[in-house]
Amino acid sequence: MRYLRRLLPYVRRHRARIAGGLLCLVLTTALSVASPWVLRYAVDDLTLRVTREKLWLYSGLIVGLVLLEGVFRYYMRMVLISVSREIEYELRGDLFAHLTRLSARYYQSHRVGDIMSRATNDMSAVRNVLGPGIMYTANTVATFVGTVALMLRISPRLLGLALVPLALVSILVRYFGQRIHDRFESVQAQLAEMNVIVQESLSGARVVRAYAQEPHEVARFEAANQEYVRRNRGLIHMFGALYPGIQLLMGTGAVLVLWLGGRMAVAGRITLGEFVAFGAYLAMLHWPKIALGWVVNIFERGEASMGRIAEMLDAPPEIRDDQPEPVARLQGEVEFRSLTFAYDGVPVLRDIDLKVPAGATVAVVGPTGSGKSTLVSLIPRLYEAPPGTVYVDGHDVRRIPLATLRGAVGFVPQETFLFSDTVRENVAFGLSPDGQEVEERVAWAAGVAQLAPDVADFPQGYDTFVGERGITLSGGQKQRTALARALAVLPRILVLDDALSAVDTYTEEGILKGLKQVRSGRTTFLVSHRVSTVKDADLIVVLRDGRIVERGTHDELVSRGGFYADLHRRQLLEEEVERTA
Amino acid sequence: MSTAAFTEDLVAKSYDRTLLRRLLTYLRPYQAAVAVSFLLIVVMAGLDLVGPYLTKVAIDRYITKGDAPGLARVAALYLLTLLGAFAVRYGQVYILQMTGQKVMLDMRRQIFGHLQRLHVGFFDRNPVGRLMTRVTTDVDAVNELFTSGVVTVFGDLFTLLGIMGVMTAMNPKLALVTFSVIPFFFVITNWFRQGSRQSFREVRKWVARINAFLQENLTGMSVVQLFRREGRNRDAFAAINRAHADANVSQIFYYAVFYPAIDLLAAVAVAMILLYGGARVLAGTLTLGALVAFVQYSERFWRPISDLSEKFNILQAAMASSERIFTLLDSPAEVVSPPRPALLAQVRGRVAFEDVSFAYVPSQWVLRDVDFTVEAGRSVALVGATGAGKTTIISLLARFYDVQAGRVSLDGIDVKDLDPAQLRSSLALVLQDVHLFSGTIASNIRLGSPIPDEKVREAARAVHAHRFIEALPEGYQTEVRERGATLSVGQKQLLSFARALAHDPRVLILDEATSSVDTETEALIQDALKVLLRGRTAIVIAHRLSTIQNVDEILVMHKGRIRERGTHQQLLAQRGIYWRLYQLQYKDQEVLAGGEAELPA
Repeated sequence: MRYLRRLLPYVRRHRARIAGGLLCLVLTTALSVASPWVLRYAVDDLTLRVTREKLWLYSGLIVGLVLLEGVFRYYMRMVLISVSREIEYELRGDLFAHLTRLSARYYQSHRVGDIMSRATNDMSAVRNVLGPGIMYTANTVATFVGTVALMLRISPRLLGLALVPLALVSILVRYFGQRIHDRFESVQAQLAEMNVIVQESLSGARVVRAYAQEPHEVARFEAANQEYVRRNRGLIHMFGALYPGIQLLMGTGAVLVLWLGGRMAVAGRITLGEFVAFGAYLAMLHWPKIALGWVVNIFERGEASMGRIAEMLDAPPEIRDDQPEPVARLQGEVEFRSLTFAYDGVPVLRDIDLKVPAGATVAVVGPTGSGKSTLVSLIPRLYEAPPGTVYVDGHDVRRIPLATLRGAVGFVPQETFLFSDTVRENVAFGLSPDGQEVEERVAWAAGVAQLAPDVADFPQGYDTFVGERGITLSGGQKQRTALARALAVLPRILVLDDALSAVDTYTEEGILKGLKQVRSGRTTFLVSHRVSTVKDADLIVVLRDGRIVERGTHDELVSRGGFYADLHRRQLLEEEVERTA
Repeated sequence: MSTAAFTEDLVAKSYDRTLLRRLLTYLRPYQAAVAVSFLLIVVMAGLDLVGPYLTKVAIDRYITKGDAPGLARVAALYLLTLLGAFAVRYGQVYILQMTGQKVMLDMRRQIFGHLQRLHVGFFDRNPVGRLMTRVTTDVDAVNELFTSGVVTVFGDLFTLLGIMGVMTAMNPKLALVTFSVIPFFFVITNWFRQGSRQSFREVRKWVARINAFLQENLTGMSVVQLFRREGRNRDAFAAINRAHADANVSQIFYYAVFYPAIDLLAAVAVAMILLYGGARVLAGTLTLGALVAFVQYSERFWRPISDLSEKFNILQAAMASSERIFTLLDSPAEVVSPPRPALLAQVRGRVAFEDVSFAYVPSQWVLRDVDFTVEAGRSVALVGATGAGKTTIISLLARFYDVQAGRVSLDGIDVKDLDPAQLRSSLALVLQDVHLFSGTIASNIRLGSPIPDEKVREAARAVHAHRFIEALPEGYQTEVRERGATLSVGQKQLLSFARALAHDPRVLILDEATSSVDTETEALIQDALKVLLRGRTAIVIAHRLSTIQNVDEILVMHKGRIRERGTHQQLLAQRGIYWRLYQLQYKDQEVLAGGEAELPA
């Protein structure tokens, strides 16, 4: 229970309600074990030929007890299960809050599917511990104590005999439990095997078709399919024996009570009513026996799940404010000072020295994997550069309050990510909702990004929903929306990380023209593969294998005849090929 | 209820009936087993009723009369029925579950077999993950219907009827009094079912919202952080999370009311038995044992009733799953074998495209009027920019798709008139991404074809794959793990060459890999290619300078048409598209190739 212990602070917060719920549980159990006791007196009185008034009393008592029990059972469930939902709510909220603090690096090394599964499946396994787990455990214990105590009052000897088959049930469950577990694992392994075959055969459909391997694939699958059924047969044998076996043993308990209890009744050592009540109690004990195995399972799963959740909660937020200097406004001068940056031990950037005055436009070009994206993502601290290597306005970015830094940077990432909301909400993503002139700002940004004409064509205008990840928009529209989103925050530093790749050259020209007007006073970083995008920049920097190998203006670099000049030549050729109708 | 909703409901029901009927056909081969299973469940329900009756007998005949030996006899009889019930239950579970397994086996076999008949285009449209769900999850849901749905419903009904029958036989009037609570059981169960289904839907809705929100925010976390939206998104999440918790709490309400209500009804039944039956006992018209047995029977009413309502969910899930399965099974195999395929006694390997036009999506032509012939044993290279239609040409030759206009032929016979198996066994396809199957190195070269070990080695040796294979821990018997993650790109390519060579095709179709490999491997690959091409008809999407220099003819594709054709030198001299493509794609390799190809000035 190492990990489940971490739930204690949450549990403590709700301790009053939990205590109330448990009290209801105890009362429920007490009342439920009282009913057979009434039956006992009723039966006994019937053998003694009582009056009809007494029958009314007993009937009324039984209904009354159950009614009262029902009230407590209702509150027990409402309180205990609601609390578990409440804690689930708090824990999931805390988890998400923590996730918003984790850096890009975390999301690169952990798959979203995995995180999701922890925030949902594992969360509900943990919730099961807090709700049904605790409730059934308490219920089981209370019922066991209550019934055994009353059975003890009727006849300790009979109780001793009746418990023998029950003990055997535990042994049976343990014996089969392990074997069922093993066989189940083997069935699951075979299922995985079968999945692999299906997956391979479908994803390699071209190879399968090309080499006419369909019959072979069918045979391969058939073998796996048969093996799966064969293994299931073993599991079914176990199941076929276990549950009927449990029922047999429990029935044996009833037989024992019937036979030995009956003899005791004949001998007058117990009354007929006690005989009947004893049988009823024995039946009540069946449930806790079954629930026990279940509860153990809930706790085991919960522990494993909590372990996975805890692992996430314990992941340290790498990028956060650490004794920041009181910087409130930034002008936008960016400087890299002998920056060397490695990712998981692999050097990505080496000896980068670059100073960009506020308001200048710098273009970064280079082959795929040369470190262009990494370089610009160090500015808003998406990744953490070593201390003393990246400066904005002369402050180390690690010393600038994160909110100030990121508020000054408008970033258009390489992979456009939009939220499934309206165009307006997406463009206004970085604006405060209660701020003034949101509407104007959105319209302005969309205008500069050349998004406005498209929006005008949408039936719902800015209220058009972009669909999941912007699926209803074209690639170019998505990129322009992302650009407008970045412009809307009026950033001091604008970063376009290959952000116009899906925009056609004509529209791109318009965007660049618009940007030229608004970028006066804004430092701009343009990462691109296209010469057309970068040729007007104040400075063009060529990166290769993480180093700056060329720097200068378009004309300088073209005349110098290096990588950039080659890129320029190739693009002219490509355009020529493209133009060939 | 509005009429529209009503008819919709009717349509859905009759639709379900069609599905159900089709599902039942899967049980036909196992009729006997199903019948036995039903029979056993009836016997089982009967045996389960014996307990309370024996209690009555014990009380009336022996305990109240003080007959201890008789009591032992009753107990022995009880034990016997229990043992009988155990055997019957075991047999029932076994037969039913195994039948379910066999039905699943048949279903999976059918689905997989069908998937093997579908043409490649189908897999372009349907993600593999989704198709896998059909074979696994959906089949399981259907199985659930067979094993714990239909049959148990029958068992539950029988139990209920059995209890009512025994009670009526014991004392019709008391039975009637007791039965008076049964309608209330149904009412409560129905209320619970509807209410909880409604709230369950609400819960599902919010679970879906939570998932969608998390998916989006986790994927786009860097955007959230860049625009400093952490706080607002936390609040937004809290709202969804809250609604989810609230929906769950309102669902608890139904459970919290349902169980106590059922208990209360059971108590009312007991009270009425005590009241009415007690009076009869006092009057001497009812035995005490019968009264006790009535109490015990009345406690068994509600389980089958509430089970019955739960089965509804299983039915729904199974219907949804079977619908998806049948949709898949009904999707037509678009590329099919002709009813009387033409047989080629000896494939020579002459390939011809005659005015072929093709579109994946109607009216968006990918190939237009493509016309060329490759004589047996000759080789052509397809060259062009991305999207020029090169890959489509090789897909059409392998008949992954059928052409819309013109004709593709092998030795003069339209590929549509050939048996796809014969067509494909005369071709070998080597793709850029080498697809490896789980199994050994040898089985990846051989695939399912009956190729002797010696020939596998020979092929590997000829394409220079033998050396690295021998260096693996278990040589040719080394297991390929994780789709060949432990092999290098170059090794995988050589392996795919060996695969092609071992199948000794008349026609080789090759999509050269673009990924760069080290110089040594590059030399091996170039040499292996020569071996592979020797004496075969070859159609190559070329990415290597050495390849285009060695083929008999180069076809230059541009926007779905063949724009230029000729040898490397001829085409360069034309100074057309090829000349430009050459500068873009191949010129850099000159250094590697040792400056073999000098540009004509």
